[in-house]
Amino acid sequence: MTRLEARLWLAQRATALVLAVCVMVHLATILYAVRSGLSAEAILGRTRGQWGWAIFYGAFVLAASVHGAIGLRTIAREWLGWRHGSGVAATLLCVALALLGWRAVAAVVMS
Amino acid sequence: MNGTRNHPAYWAFLVHRLSGLALALFLPAHFWLLGSALQGAASLEANLAWTHQPMVIAAEWGLITLLAAHLAGGLRLLALELLPWRDWQKTLAAWAAGFALLAGLAFAFAR
Repeated sequence: MTRLEARLWLAQRATALVLAVCVMVHLATILYAVRSGLSAEAILGRTRGQWGWAIFYGAFVLAASVHGAIGLRTIAREWLGWRHGSGVAATLLCVALALLGWRAVAAVVMS
Repeated sequence: MNGTRNHPAYWAFLVHRLSGLALALFLPAHFWLLGSALQGAASLEANLAWTHQPMVIAAEWGLITLLAAHLAGGLRLLALELLPWRDWQKTLAAWAAGFALLAGLAFAFAR
């Protein structure tokens, strides 16, 4: 295993540990939200100005972006045989996902 | 079908990989929809209206089940890699499947 592969393996496991907690909280939140209403007003009424949740979901987005990008890179290399360029594509995907996710967090907390 | 593919660990690997792929493809749409709140509650509401269709609700149920499956499968993987309990592989895979089903059912009843 190269040093890069070792680092990616470690990052994948470290983000998995963070995501394990985040996903359990998110699943509980989804069940609560579904029962409390899924209209725009109901959603924004629960999220607007909730900076604690913004920090939690900001960290969730970052962990999911890193974890997802590394996972897609692995699939591209193992199933599609895409060796050259898969790392660059995964990095771009990670940044795009994080920016899109943080934009979503900002939207529901600040609008 | 050969012996390797007939093993529960192979199916656990496949479910984990495919659920991860589906979740990674879903995330940009999820972030984009929530981000539409930046244009105001009316914009978010217009996009949410699309999600009230029966087929979309069924897809949401599938995604919740896949999220729970990916979580439980990931915890199983972390336990296998980081803890000395390898004889429990089949039991962990069964617990992972049971947890995913339970989460999906909880969402279906709540929705």
